Amino acid sequence: MAGGSSSSTASTPSLVDSLFQRSLDDLIKSLRSQLAGTEPVLLSRALAEIRREIRSSDPDTKAIALQKLTYLSSLYGLDASWAAFHALELLPSSSLLHKRLAYLAASLSFHPSTTDVIPLSTHQLRKDLSPSSPPHFSSLALHLLSLSASPDLARHLAPDLLPLLSPRSSPPSPLRPKAAAVALRALSLCPDVVPLLFKPLVDCLSSPDPRVVSAAVGAFAELASSGDPSPYLHLAPEFYRVLADSRSNWILIKLLKIFARLAPLEPRLAARLVDPLCDLLRRSSAQSLVFECVRTVFSGLPDHDRAVRLAVDKVREFLASADDPNLRYLGLRALSMLGPPHSWAVEESREAVTRSLADPDPNIRREALRLIMGMVFDSNVFEISILLVNYALKSDPIFANDILDAVLTTCGRNVYELIVDFDWYVSLLGEMARNPHCTRGEEIERQLVDIGLRVRDARPELVRVARDLLIDPALLGNPFLCRILSAAAWVSGEYVEFSRKPLELVEALLQPRTSLLPPLVRAVYIQAVFKVIVFCFNTYIDQLEISQLSSLGNSTTGGASSVIESKSAAAASCIADGITGIESNDGIATGDKPASLFSSMENKDPFTYESLTKMLILIETAVDLLAENDEVEVQERARNVLGLIHMLREVPTWKTEEQGFIKDNRIGEIVNLLQSMFSEELGPVSVNAQKRVPVPEGLVLEENLANLAWTLAEDDTAPSMSISFSLRSHQHGETKDDAVSSVQSTSLLAEHRKRHGLYYLPAEKDETESNDYPRANDPLLPASQGDASEDLVRLTDQSMIPRKVKHSKPRPVVIKLDEGDAVLTSPLTAVKESKDDLLSGAIHDVLLGKEGKPSSSQKRYLDKSSQRRVKDVSDNGESISLSKENLDLGDKEHRSSGSRRSKHRSHGKERHRSPQKNEEKEEKNHRNSTRSSHHHERHKHRQRGEALLNVAPQAPVIQDFLL
Amino acid sequence: MIRAVMVMNTQGKPRLVKFYDFQPPEKQQELIRSVYGVLSERADNVSNFVEADAIFGPGTQLVYKHFATLYFVFVFDSAENELAMLDLIQVFVETLDRCFKNVCELDIVFNFNKMHMLLDEIIFGGQVLETSSEQVLKAVEEISKFEKSSSAISLVPKSVSARFGR
Repeated sequence: MAGGSSSSTASTPSLVDSLFQRSLDDLIKSLRSQLAGTEPVLLSRALAEIRREIRSSDPDTKAIALQKLTYLSSLYGLDASWAAFHALELLPSSSLLHKRLAYLAASLSFHPSTTDVIPLSTHQLRKDLSPSSPPHFSSLALHLLSLSASPDLARHLAPDLLPLLSPRSSPPSPLRPKAAAVALRALSLCPDVVPLLFKPLVDCLSSPDPRVVSAAVGAFAELASSGDPSPYLHLAPEFYRVLADSRSNWILIKLLKIFARLAPLEPRLAARLVDPLCDLLRRSSAQSLVFECVRTVFSGLPDHDRAVRLAVDKVREFLASADDPNLRYLGLRALSMLGPPHSWAVEESREAVTRSLADPDPNIRREALRLIMGMVFDSNVFEISILLVNYALKSDPIFANDILDAVLTTCGRNVYELIVDFDWYVSLLGEMARNPHCTRGEEIERQLVDIGLRVRDARPELVRVARDLLIDPALLGNPFLCRILSAAAWVSGEYVEFSRKPLELVEALLQPRTSLLPPLVRAVYIQAVFKVIVFCFNTYIDQLEISQLSSLGNSTTGGASSVIESKSAAAASCIADGITGIESNDGIATGDKPASLFSSMENKDPFTYESLTKMLILIETAVDLLAENDEVEVQERARNVLGLIHMLREVPTWKTEEQGFIKDNRIGEIVNLLQSMFSEELGPVSVNAQKRVPVPEGLVLEENLANLAWTLAEDDTAPSMSISFSLRSHQHGETKDDAVSSVQSTSLLAEHRKRHGLYYLPAEKDETESNDYPRANDPLLPASQGDASEDLVRLTDQSMIPRKVKHSKPRPVVIKLDEGDAVLTSPLTAVKESKDDLLSGAIHDVLLGKEGKPSSSQKRYLDKSSQRRVKDVSDNGESISLSKENLDLGDKEHRSSGSRRSKHRSHGKERHRSPQKNEEKEEKNHRNSTRSSHHHERHKHRQRGEALLNVAPQAPVIQDFLL
Repeated sequence: MIRAVMVMNTQGKPRLVKFYDFQPPEKQQELIRSVYGVLSERADNVSNFVEADAIFGPGTQLVYKHFATLYFVFVFDSAENELAMLDLIQVFVETLDRCFKNVCELDIVFNFNKMHMLLDEIIFGGQVLETSSEQVLKAVEEISKFEKSSSAISLVPKSVSARFGR
């Protein structure tokens, strides 16, 4: 089959091939003595040789060819799946050497679900497993089964494992440990075999041979840790006995793994474990065992203070071991397993943890960072964050970004629940952006915009921070920062009313180096300019009106209020602010930009006719260049701005002196119109908002669009996904999509370039190369690490202690939306669960002695498989269809009603605990009842199944020995 | 369980690769490359553990040891103990050392089959079965003895003699 089709040129192997065949050693030597670059040639020559030799009728020739192929496949990554049949051919050989080579080839290259010849091996495997064949043969067969068994193979060969596994065969087979490992594999592949194999596996626990016990305990540890541990509770007494008897560290470690999973399920078991665990913790000299004890205590019995105390002491010893980074690392890992109620443990080792931030090992640093972030409360978030952000300046780029990440996620957690002082946090974001290693632009961008939307009180500070970022020309060349700058530009445009010097802002937004920015960020910049113009004119006119009204000495205050919005007051005060601000800040502001053409302007009132004209000229000159820009977003925004300027210019009267102004209010109308466009506030959008939009009739969202592909393929210009039509979505939605689409479009572009390379100009040189500005702040010279960590320790001395501080300021309102239970179970886990379900159900049945009749779950499984057997005749297709069906099932359920599945599961288990909760959930389910009757039925079926399974946990789980 | 065992040299060339959950050859090469990428960046005096979630999926870890020109790498999940795995690498290397008498990279290069034989006695289907290098060596010797006796019968391949007879 595969071999025959492999190469038409390969003639039948001749005698010469057999006599002068290269051995594996020859092949290795030739590969080692190759010249550089000739490897592919040598490999393909060797492969051609193998293809010829492997079809030889001589088993030696075939075996050596197979061996060479296995070697090349394993170490050079060549495909060996075509030779599966040849490996099979060699399996029946009576020579152990040939057999071993064949089995090795098979075990390395057979894939349980894609190798279609696996079923053909069933007979030979059975023969080799039989007690009459030499144990070496059986061992090889077991090895293949442990690696490449398909569910069907496992089902068919399970009975043949019994003699090897059972203690009754005399003498007990020396292969019992291996058989136990294969039994584990069979159990996890195919729950049908539980009635057959589970009992013998349990019997292995009482074997006198420690190797057998070790294998069995290992198998149970694997089963308990990969699925639902509850069925193994019945075996707790057995495990406990082994724990008391065994002296082997390997067995003890595996037992502890099992107990760590079982203890949370059964409080009595946990209580019984305290003594032996404490004993082991005190006595054992093996660090691996001690560490396992610590882990078991922390994850399994966190409520037993005596054990926790002892374990924490051990962890401190780990942390203090100066010469072994492994122990320090694992010590930190262990601490992070303890939940928040035990934060005292971290507190106790505070010094060691903080010191670890400066450890040469990146693992240790990361772990320490994780621990410290776990210690952050609203009372100390201020100190710790500042400390870490400052420390990030001194550390290496990767860790610096880890720190920034940690601070960003911790502070942003649950809509900034830890943050009280947003002014501080916003300026911290600004500092993070200025970290020379910062590559977390995306998250900082998101938070800047998000805070702008959610926290009204933070906006003035936000605008200040944004201004500082925008006016710094050095930041523009850094590709990691452009996202942050885009957020800054948006913020300062959207909340321009808080800006002290709008004119300075315009200059910053239009400075020449903005040409370094990606087009989409530039578009945001220009849009911000647009908003600034509108704002300035609005304020100018309001100002005129105010002065007019006051000059008229009007006593009727509400008179002309149609024009004067509530904003005018704010604007007026802002102007006043601006003037005083200019006076006080003058030195700094102009110092920042010595080259500014218009610096003279800043000394005047920003909203005079003169200054506005200058601003318009400045904008016009800068934006004019962009009106022909290639990027559609930039071009469009630029034209909008120019259009606005032209419109303003056309109205002659806007520049008349105060008295004449009111006569022609066209300018006021225009500006008011535009102002109203921006005056409506943007709010945060709920994650679930999209779901609530009803799907219009006639719109089929799930229609297959694959047939559109060819239409697109014909169209040479790939559609740019970056064009957004709605102004609003542009504001903040855009920036996120852009990065994605720019990545996509570059890949599309690359594709296009590959196909139509002829029409492209030679690659242009990178624009960012021209960036010769000094960086905003040069990375500090690495100060002595020791000093830094000393500092850290000293500084954190106080700050890590959670304490209540009185906040001088009340926490501003943060707008939150009901982002409720958006946690969806993925279909993948659903599938896994269902499989676990089958397994644990089957094990329950076996342990409760219901071997005769298959359980509901099993029956279901059997039914399905028998149906399938009718459908596809070929044995091997079955496993694929099984997994597919499972996936489908999970998928459908998943789609039909969010997390209904998982809810029900918990519903079943919590039945006796919280009836109230159940009612709630029931209600929810009723609400969900729009699903099809088909689903309903299946659902009921599952409930019935669960009810059946539930019998087990409710029955007395553990025998009296624990009481 | 143990997910994979790899031995590679400090240039990233794999010398022994065994995956206990099947991976196609191309994928194996890719994984080896990513592991090497991680290991080659680590300094000498740091811990031997690396979180391998990004390479081998959630919950996996990797422990490695650096001997002369070789990295010994074990990949495992939460059902194994980290320090025990580190000990197991030690067991494996000791076994090799006893088997080849002062093992070096060349021994590993030229003894592909024997390496697998040794490893299979220690780790079986991802489960640790044997932790005594003495026992491992005994088992492997037995296999070799049996192998010789079973193939001694056909020292001259039958087909060759048959061909000459024709």
